[in-house]
Amino acid sequence: MSTAKPANGPTKHIEHHHAHHFDSAEHEYVTAKQGVWLFLCTEILMFGGLFVAYLIYHRIYPEVFTVGSKFTDWRYGSLNTIVLLTSSLTMAMGIHNVQIGKNDKAFMNLFITVLCGCGFMFIKYLEYSHKIHEGLLPGSWFHGNFEELHHMTGLEIPKNLALYFSFYYMMTGLHGIHVLIGMCLIIWTMIRLKRGEFSPDHYTALEGVGLFWHLVDLVWIYLFPLLYLVS
Amino acid sequence: MSNNTSAPHANPNPSRPTPNSGSGHAPGQGHASANHSDSHADDHGSGHHIVPASTFYKVFAALICLTFLTVAASRIDMGFFNDIVAFGIATVKAGLVLAIFMHLKYDDMMNRVVIGCAFFFLVVLFFFCEIDQITRVVYHSGL
Repeated sequence: MSTAKPANGPTKHIEHHHAHHFDSAEHEYVTAKQGVWLFLCTEILMFGGLFVAYLIYHRIYPEVFTVGSKFTDWRYGSLNTIVLLTSSLTMAMGIHNVQIGKNDKAFMNLFITVLCGCGFMFIKYLEYSHKIHEGLLPGSWFHGNFEELHHMTGLEIPKNLALYFSFYYMMTGLHGIHVLIGMCLIIWTMIRLKRGEFSPDHYTALEGVGLFWHLVDLVWIYLFPLLYLVS
Repeated sequence: MSNNTSAPHANPNPSRPTPNSGSGHAPGQGHASANHSDSHADDHGSGHHIVPASTFYKVFAALICLTFLTVAASRIDMGFFNDIVAFGIATVKAGLVLAIFMHLKYDDMMNRVVIGCAFFFLVVLFFFCEIDQITRVVYHSGL
């Protein structure tokens, strides 16, 4: 039985017993971690596929992307990047604090991570609502006024501009769903933390959720230049 | 050095790191093993590398600086190099997140291989799609 107790935090501490098919708790931990990494591979390939699609259509219709990128605001994008990087820091600090037994601090770290996630979704909501207002919707729902768009950008508006927004909403939307899922997972670990299920000897689930959250940040690190910086 | 006193993970040679601790050693690493009992299967706190908080803050500062850099660079037109610089900086940031925040630098080689494969096959996908696109020849029908 583990006698390592958190230095502070909930005084109740739920013992962790590793599943019988593992040699030890360490074996269980390493296996779980590897499983999460394998899952992250599938995530990278999924988002990567969307990047490849973007590349292909960028080659066929370069003007669609040159014009479309004028409608993304790099200031919102940069702010979102900073918000997610901060959330990655607080997530890493959360795990760090559990490793050294400071469960109260860890809880606060995780709470701030969730708040950053909320901040990200709020900024995303501002961007989306602006675009929806302008009629810049994906695919067949696109109803932007070409005259107005021409005035705004000073550019020749390609007839299939909606293609850009198909990519924009698909990529940021899928990423946004991952942010929401990540936030739910972090809240789950916060509940488990409060119940005393994590200690320096056992924090496997927290590690796994942390890896998922860092992946969400990683995807955004690539999405940001693609949609907001290059044209 | 990592000192592992519990029997299932007894390391006969303390100067050789145990498989699950990385090559780096943090000053704080010893703390987790300070109060665990010997020879019990559920102890593994001492096997884990704990990255010092200062490392996290330094990496965070670097990531923020790189963000500013990439935004600044996007405002300068470098022609052909625009995309390369933007994604080059993004790759450096990704590398930092993967190595430090996601712990790959201190982790098993296996996890590095696993994620390396994902990126490798993504590159393969990009490569073949790109080759297809750039080697297309447009024919105009005489009809």
